[in-house]
This record gives sequence, C-alpha cells and structure tokens, in this order.
Amino acid sequence: MNIAIIVFPGSNCDHDCHHAVTTVLGQTATLVWHKENNLGGAEAVIVPGGFSYGDYLRAGAISRFSPIMNAVATHAAEGRPVMGICNGFQILTESGLLPGALRQNECLHFICDNVYVRCETARTPFSKVITPEVPLRMPIAHRDGNYYCNPDTISRLEDNEQIVFKYCTVDGKLDSQANPNGSMEHIAGICNLEGNVVGLMPHPERACEADMGSKDGLTLFTSVLSSIKS
Amino acid sequence: MSPKTQETTSNLAIALEHGLTEEEWESILKSLDRKPTLTELGIFSAMWNEHCSYKSSRVHLKKFPTTGRGVLQGPGENAGVMDIGDGLAVAFKMESHNHPSYIEPYQGAATGVGGIIRDIFTMGARPIALLDSLRFGAPDNERTPYLVNGVVSGISGYGNCVGIPTVGGETYFHPCYNGNILVNVMCAGIMKADRIFLGNAAGVGNSIIYVGATTGRDGIHGASMASAGFDESAFEKRPTVQVGDPFREKLLLEACLELMDRGALVGIQDMGAAGLTSASVEMAGRAGTGIILRLDDVPTREDGMTPYEFMLSESQERMLLVAERGYESEVREIFERWDLPIAVVGEVTDDRRIRVEAEGRSYADLPVELLTDEAPLYDRPIIPKQELPVTDPLEAIDPNIDLGPSLLALLANPNQGQKLPIWRQYDYMVRTNTLGPPGGDAALLRIKGSKKALALTTDGNARYCKLDPFAGGMLAVAEAARNLSCTGSTPLAMTNCLNFGNPERPAIMAQFASVVEGMALACRKLSVPVVSGNVSFYNETYGVDIYPTPIVGMVGLLENTAKRTGRGFSREGDAIALIYPADEMPLLKSGAHEYAWVISGREGGKPPHIVLESEADVQGLCRDAIAAGFLTSAHDLSDGGLGVALAESALASPHSALGADIQIPQSEGRIDGLFFGEAASRILISASPESFVKFREMAEAREVGCLQIGRTTPGILRVVEPDGQLALELRMNDLMAAWSGALGDIL
Repeated sequence: MNIAIIVFPGSNCDHDCHHAVTTVLGQTATLVWHKENNLGGAEAVIVPGGFSYGDYLRAGAISRFSPIMNAVATHAAEGRPVMGICNGFQILTESGLLPGALRQNECLHFICDNVYVRCETARTPFSKVITPEVPLRMPIAHRDGNYYCNPDTISRLEDNEQIVFKYCTVDGKLDSQANPNGSMEHIAGICNLEGNVVGLMPHPERACEADMGSKDGLTLFTSVLSSIKS
Repeated sequence: MSPKTQETTSNLAIALEHGLTEEEWESILKSLDRKPTLTELGIFSAMWNEHCSYKSSRVHLKKFPTTGRGVLQGPGENAGVMDIGDGLAVAFKMESHNHPSYIEPYQGAATGVGGIIRDIFTMGARPIALLDSLRFGAPDNERTPYLVNGVVSGISGYGNCVGIPTVGGETYFHPCYNGNILVNVMCAGIMKADRIFLGNAAGVGNSIIYVGATTGRDGIHGASMASAGFDESAFEKRPTVQVGDPFREKLLLEACLELMDRGALVGIQDMGAAGLTSASVEMAGRAGTGIILRLDDVPTREDGMTPYEFMLSESQERMLLVAERGYESEVREIFERWDLPIAVVGEVTDDRRIRVEAEGRSYADLPVELLTDEAPLYDRPIIPKQELPVTDPLEAIDPNIDLGPSLLALLANPNQGQKLPIWRQYDYMVRTNTLGPPGGDAALLRIKGSKKALALTTDGNARYCKLDPFAGGMLAVAEAARNLSCTGSTPLAMTNCLNFGNPERPAIMAQFASVVEGMALACRKLSVPVVSGNVSFYNETYGVDIYPTPIVGMVGLLENTAKRTGRGFSREGDAIALIYPADEMPLLKSGAHEYAWVISGREGGKPPHIVLESEADVQGLCRDAIAAGFLTSAHDLSDGGLGVALAESALASPHSALGADIQIPQSEGRIDGLFFGEAASRILISASPESFVKFREMAEAREVGCLQIGRTTPGILRVVEPDGQLALELRMNDLMAAWSGALGDIL
C-alpha cells in the first residue's frame, strides 16, 4: 500500500501519520507538498492534522485552494480512499468533499485528551475491519471540532449511513458528558455519500502503539490496507 | 569612518530615557570620543541593558559548573547541547517572558514560547518538547484569573500551532507575584551530535541574510522593558509587547532545518530581544569579525521606518543567517518555497565594527567589543536581609488538629490541586513521543528508533529561597534531579531562569549571589552542569520585589523505556515505602511550609535540611532499583510532604481507585509536622511484595534508608499514627473531588 500524506504549510501531524503507516504498519507513505499537482500514484490519501495556514481566516479555509486539492478531489471522485484527520477533516469540509462544518468547541478553548468513539458503520475503507460495538480509545487535540450541519443534512447523513464515528463513554454509551466539543449527534467522524472519503476529529495516528496509551487507532489503517488489497 | 549624517543629536537626557545611567553615558562619550548618533544610542541601550548584557549577574554566573561529560555546548550560545549517545544530542534552554506577560498575557506568553523555540532550532535541533513554569499572584487576586487564562491560552495557541507538544511544567500561586507574574518556558530539541550550528558571523565577505517575518515598529524597547521595574506606567508599555505568528514560526522552523540539511550555512541567530541589533552584534562578537548592515533591503511591514526603529524592532519570527558566499541563491530557493521573505542585508567584515547604512548614509559605526565584552559589568553591593520570621509557622497551629481535613484543604488548594484544566489546553502528544500525560514527576519522551527516552522537568521553590537563599538554591537543583530519578532517568544537565527583584538593592543581590552559590554547589555534587540559562531581574512592582525564584529546567536520559516508573500506585497489595538518608529519621518534623501556609497563612522558619551526598545516594538507589525492575512507582516528597505525596500517588493510580493503608513511622516531633513536613531527599515508592524484599536488600547494601510504611488498598486512604491511633481515613472519591476542583474558580 502506498499512502500519500499531504503537507500544507502548518501541517504538524504529517510526520506522525508517516510514522504510523511506515514504521508501525510497514507500508509505504509519501509526503506530498501542497504545491504539487499529482499524488504520485498513491492508492489512498491522508490529509493530516495541524494548523494549515495557521487556521487563519477559518480552519482549512485557505488550504482548500492549494493545487494538490484538485488531485485529491479527482482521487475522491474516482471512489478511492481519502481520510482527513482533525485539520484534515476541516479541510475536507471546507473544500466540499464532505458536508457540514467544524465550529469552535463548546468550551471555547483547545482540548487535548483521550476520548472514546464507537464506529457506526463498516462501509468505509477506513472502518471496514472495525468491530462496531467496541469503543475505540483515541486522542483528540483541537479547538474547532464541534461538528455542525443543517437539519436536512443531518437527516441525510443518518439515512445514508454517513456517520462513521460518534463520541461515547468507555462502555459505548452516547451521552453529552462523553462528547468533548458539543458536536451534533455526538459526531466525531463522517463520510461522503459514496463512503470513500472519511473525516474525523480524533487522531488514529496517535493511537497505534502501546507506548502511546492505545493501539485502537491502528484499525483505521489496517482497514484501508485490507480495502486496497481486496 | 564617522557617520555622515547626525539624526536627532543624542544627549544625556535621551540616554537616561533609554535606561542608561549617567556613568554609562560618560563612558560611551569617552570610548567613542564623540556623541553617539540616535541609532547608536539605541544600540547601546539595547546591548547594555540588563536583559542582554547580564551586567549585574555575570560575576556570579561564573560560579556554575558548565563543563562535564557529554557537554557539547555550554552557556553563551542560543542553547546548551548535551550528548545522548547513538550520534544524537539534545539542545535545550529556558527563558522568561515575565514583564510582557503581565501587561498582555496572551501575546506575552505566546511570544515567549516562540522565542525559546527559535533558540532551539537555531542550534540545528528539531524542537520536540516545551515545558512551562508559571507563577501567578494569589488565587483570589482580581487579576489572577485573567492572567492565568491569558497565559495558558497564549502558550497553548502558539505551541499547539507550531506542533511542539507542551509536556510538563508547574504552576504556583502566591501574593508575592500579584504585581509581577513569572512566565518561564523551556524547550528541548533533538539533533545530530556532530552538526551543531552556532551564532557565528565567520568568514569575511560572507553574506548576512535576513529571513522570516517582515520588520515593523512592534516591540521597540522590549529588552529595555525587561530591564526595569513596574509602576502605574507599566500599561503604557503595552505597545512594546510583540504579537506572535506561530504559523510563520512553523514555516521558519521547517525552512531553517531544511537549509541546515543542505550545508552552506555558516552561522545563524534568532532575532529575539533587541532584534537586528543583538543578532548582528552577538554573531560578530563570537566570531571576532565585523558586520555591515544595509537596511534598505530589510523586508518591512510598514513604511517610513528610521534606522533607529529598524535596529530596535522586536518583530517576531525573524532570523539572521550567515551563508557561504555564492550559496545565496540556494538559501533563497528554500525560503521562497516556504513563502518566507528573504533578503541579503549585509556582509561579514574584518574590522570588528558594527556598521549600519541606509540610503547610502551611515547611521552607526561602533566597535563590536564595546557592545559585548566591554559592556558594563557590575559587582553590585550585597547585604543579606532576613525578611520572614525565623520561628516555625507550625507553632501557630493547634498540634491536635485533624489531619484529614488538612489534607483535603491542601489538595483543594490551587498550588497542590490538579492542573488538568491547564494542560488539557496543551497538545501534549503531537509528534507521538510523549509517554503518558503531564502531571508526573518528569515528562518522558521516547527517542524513536531507540529504547531511550528523554526526561524533562522544571522546578523551583521561591519560599525556600526567601527563607535561606543558599539552601533554596541547593534544594531547587536537588528536587529537579530527584524528579528525573523518580522516573528512572539519570540527570544529564540543566538550564535555568533566575527570576529576581531589583539588583540595585543590596538585599536582592545578596539573594541572587547566595542562590547561585547554592545551586552551583548542588550542580557539582549531583554532577549536573549548567549549559544554558537566563536571568530576569527587576521583577518588582511599586518597589516591592518578588520572592527570589530560580527555576531549574533539567534534562535526563532514560536508557530503556521498558524500565520506567510513574508516580501512581498500580496494584493492590503492593508495599509502600520511603527511601531516605540512612543517618536521618525517615521523616523530619520541621519544614511543613506549604501546610502551614494553607492552614494558617504563615511563612517562616527554615527550609528543609539537605545533605547533598545523601541526596545523591537516595537518587542513585531509586534509579538503579527502577532499572532492575524492582519498583512499581516512585514519587518524591515535595510541597505538602508525605501527606500530599501519598494522595498524589493514589490519585495517579488507574481510575484513581487505589488508596493506601499507612502507618506514620516513629520519628521525633508533632504528627502534622511529620506528615506534611517537606523533608528533602525522600522518595515514596511502591513495589510488589516479592520485589520489595529484593529492593530492601539493595537499599541495605547501599546503606540508604528504606522503610515500609504500608501497602496499597482499594478505595480508601487510611493513615495511623506511630502508636496505632487513627490519624485519617478518607475515601478516594473525596480526595479526587478536592483535588480535581482546585482550579475551578480560576480556569
């Protein structure tokens, strides 16, 4: 598997994603500078976290204009896997590859913590091998992670099985205490209608080794690996 | 060559406005044999102020040991560098941003973070961790919540954006900081041991290259602000606080590291305090060369700036580079790719002069040595003064007071309470090296590709220094080293931020001199050289000085991450024991300072007794026992003594579910004094019953005191007195409630 990891000015989880894919998973990953025009034949794309363009104007608002985003959109339109993590999720909503928007956390400040999410659907390439009932422990680190969309969109997301991850308690229950940022319907991650483009606020790349406190994030990477193989 | 154009003529009155003294003005006239231009006067004021020249502290700082095994770069450069094996090294330094943070907490703290990060990547290191050490006024002071929230968001906003985890630190509240908070930030980075970059303007004819953000009028006189006390006019200085741009910093960081990988870089220096002036003067000074600067080509963010303003601007996120002649286009290509302004603004000369030109005219022409080595040096008068009562404040507390409510009061106090509301705002795990969340004795960061980890801590106790500066200095170094040893790491070296009041007062200089002597002695005895540091004087408001507050930032090395401990108990039925100097009682009655402060609001008496040789033995045993795999947890006794240490180890157990059943060991003195006494050189450990047997043998063989005082139990902390009488019994839930709510009114 060869994964393209897009590097915007201000990306700062690019190296962590690279480490997870290469050192931990033993696959190939290429860091692709945002001024490039092609993905170099990568089979999947990760838009990593960070503060692209300093989150100035609005998180992800400037990055969507980077040349590489045309190639990412084409890759997505061909039905191939794209995952946006944290700032990458924000970039994907800003560029219209995913619906809705990420507003400031309800508490109005940055939160870094470990949370639990449960997988709501195995239909995406990034959730294919995840057991739905078992909550995953993954870190979050964001100020703007409060997912919002209009009522029509939320109905469509529900009807079309586009909600991929929801914040939950350690036992897998949904409640507002377990939702760190006030997102609608406790949404932590969604996908597009086709299911090949996924965005999520938690950082799976930070939960791939026991030393980091959890290996639950690794399942997203093994999922996409098995999707590509099949 | 003398300047062709005199701007506004300088005179004594203008010199005084710039913070220079009459004697310093006279000495400038004598050295130059003429009046300086206004630009030159600005350069003198920037280089001769306390912040840049260390003129009051230099004679004392020489006492620190600065060499030793593994020291690759000692003080005098942008950061110190220590060898950590495998061809790698760690660069680290700590700096203060106290005055700006009091005036404008968000930007003051943010730009403090930015400055120290630049000091690290300037050396050629990739920054991997930030730590803070914060001091605020009383929790109920009306300005405290505003300052805490501003400073924490500033550190969070800047560090998170650059993608460097903030992995540890400490926060303390005391009324002595009501009018002068302390914001000290430490940064550490990893680099190749054989590739250290220095702030050296070597090679006559080489180009001086400006990279990074554009220059504006922001921050002019920032360094002078840091070299004066505070009064009601302080807030007029708000415009001299710079505004940080962490995004630009991130680009600058990546571009500089890329340039360093390519070669062709001769020297590099951050434009920090006194911007273009200090960067050029210091680089020429270190290399024994001169520099000519042509200001016409400096990228600007506003029009009509004068040479004086160019030279004193403290616009952030700027660097000055010296590149080998002929490689300018290579440098340009890298920085343009990162969308960063770049300009050749001068060259290295052989005349040992700093020359500033604009529009073909000369605005400054000064000998470099006059600004560096020949800057004023003061051996200021020293008169020690006893300011706090010598009586033990415990005497004011009823000796029969219940220990349970006292322990809850300590935990609910913002000083001992849980700091989660602070560090939850810091991205402490980006770069995926951080082994566990903040809040332990020291932060551990794995070094990818090896079994090793770096251990980092910041520590300081101002009260001890106020009571006895010499002992306080020793204790600060000893505790920082003990913090590292409690994780299993061996202390390598340290940096410091010496925060003091007005050095022109003999009592303050007495504090400074004694603290430095105490620290230096502890550094020698514990084999911890000082490789970088920072002095912050004039921490006074309305003529009232802060307590002497030296902060130690220490770096250690853990050889094997599989052999490490945290502070938390982890298994039911484990033995709990104290390690202590063999020739002392397990606990000492005096020095229950934080307890007395929280319960009675009093301070006084003596700081804890310490024998550095015993300290070294206790720490050595702890490290070796961890490496042997004997210990499950280790946590040093600090503020609040055994009582608070027990509570912290229990609260750090999985789900805070493990308590302890403890018997206070037989010692002399009242029970609250023993339980909350801040005896130095003590470590609270836990171990499985089988391992504890082996550990006790090890301690006996090493002649270090080791006494089992109890065992871990579920859900309850129960303590009995030496005679078996119940001293306290608290549910872990209640301890958790008190501890976790401590900062609730502030953040």
